[in-house]
Amino acid sequence: MQDLLYFIQQLINGLTIGSTYALIAIGYTMVYGIIGMINFAHGEIYMIGAYTALIAITGLAALGIAWLPLVLIVALICAMIVSSSMGWAVERVAYRPVRGKHRLIPLISAIGMSIFLQNYVHLAQGSRNIGFPALIEGGFRFGAEDSFQTSITYMQITIFATTLVCMTILSLFISRSRIGRACRAVSQDLGMANLLGIDTNRIISATFVIGAALAAVAGLLLGMYYGSIDPLFGFIAGLKAFTAAVLGGIGSIPGAMLGGLILGVAESMTSGYLSGEYKDVVSFGLLILILLFKPTGLLGKPEVEKI
Amino acid sequence: MLEVQNLSMRFGGLLAVDQVSLDVQEHEIVAIIGPNGAGKTTVFNCMSGFYKPTGGKILFEGKEIQGKPDYKISRLGLVRTFQHVRLFSRMTVVENLLVAQHRHLNTNLLSGILKTPNYREKEQKSLDRAAYWLDRVGLMDMANRDAGNLAYGQQRRLEIARCMVTEPKLLMLDEPAAGLNPAETKDLNQLIISLKEDYNVSVVLIEHDMSLVMDISDRINVINQGRPLASGTPDEIRRNDDVIKAYLGEA
Repeated sequence: MQDLLYFIQQLINGLTIGSTYALIAIGYTMVYGIIGMINFAHGEIYMIGAYTALIAITGLAALGIAWLPLVLIVALICAMIVSSSMGWAVERVAYRPVRGKHRLIPLISAIGMSIFLQNYVHLAQGSRNIGFPALIEGGFRFGAEDSFQTSITYMQITIFATTLVCMTILSLFISRSRIGRACRAVSQDLGMANLLGIDTNRIISATFVIGAALAAVAGLLLGMYYGSIDPLFGFIAGLKAFTAAVLGGIGSIPGAMLGGLILGVAESMTSGYLSGEYKDVVSFGLLILILLFKPTGLLGKPEVEKI
Repeated sequence: MLEVQNLSMRFGGLLAVDQVSLDVQEHEIVAIIGPNGAGKTTVFNCMSGFYKPTGGKILFEGKEIQGKPDYKISRLGLVRTFQHVRLFSRMTVVENLLVAQHRHLNTNLLSGILKTPNYREKEQKSLDRAAYWLDRVGLMDMANRDAGNLAYGQQRRLEIARCMVTEPKLLMLDEPAAGLNPAETKDLNQLIISLKEDYNVSVVLIEHDMSLVMDISDRINVINQGRPLASGTPDEIRRNDDVIKAYLGEA
């Protein structure tokens, strides 16, 4: 019984962290799906989302507004707007001018963007980590008083619920809406979409904006979950989300969701049963294994060679 | 409506197209034929904006279009297909037709979220148009299948339907009959003639299938080794000695 509760606890922790990885991974996978390149500044966009949310929360507190749903919604909207603008700007500055050039060039310019944004936040907000108020506290406990208890906090429930809502909206948007339809067309054959009169530049901008907005959601959620943020906050999360995207099959949106959850659960199981120090070893080891045996990732489609 | 004057295209030391001229009038089907490697597709690529020609002019409805980007040319009403099928294979048949009308549905994001009456009306119109063309090319039963799962002949027809929903003035077909069996070729024949007769679209096509070319073309241009060899009605081309030589070699 106790073992089972312990297992369930690891599962809950893993799914929580995994669903935020999935939110960030969407941004990598959508951009890759459309222009075939990795947005290396995506982790920074997520970090800026977390900072914006924190600034909004602090601002509201200074104004004396403390009604929780309002605070959360305002923080979320501010974070999404700022991050989306950043995502849009990254595409305009680091990708569009060098599109169609050698593949290494946008890679380098994106890394440059990432360094710039990181250092900008260092300058503007200081390099020390800043406490993020835990706005959502408390939770449920299961199991006997005198032995191991499984706990699920309201924060974890919020993370699940928010991720679920975001993923549902995204799926509907991609499958039903006019812009979603154009996104799929552009990702399959950009040249043909162009010929059919689709404004491919706008669609490419839209994918950066959507990915950035979801990263901002993750930034707010993880900021509250961890309780502190710093300018390097985006680096490791970005790396993990990138791993999740590759694990699930880069370019595939369901793949990014699945990859995020698998990675999160794998990490928390390692922390729970082995040692916390091994969790990165396991997640990146998993990536190497997947790449060895299924290079296109779990749900990725093999690239058809076009002649 | 389309006039190509002394078009040349040079790739480094290779002159792939040398002083080719041709014209297409309204309500006309014009074929470009020639042996493999003659430069037919290069001419097409220049006309549709894939290549920037190194010499000559291309006029579409009196305006110069050479060197313009491909999407601008297609917006003028000059739409093409490719030698190989280029459908969005992981989208359904009907979605392929809807996405091609993206530009016509000029609505913003907000009206899409709120589903305003204007938005609905436009969506409905594009659905109607897609349904009309699905019916026209006999793919109504396949509407919700992935385009990649259709038989080859069906994919070819869907490509033409996808061009037609954009309401082009001039359709450029690059080897539309390649890989089709005789029955499918015959259907295609009728479809192309009907595009001209019923929808008032001019057609330029590159084709190796001589029976198709001779049946449907109003005029034929023959290109050999990048140079214009002959042009005229199917009957004239059939009797032209130069053409016979180029195709059969000299006896």
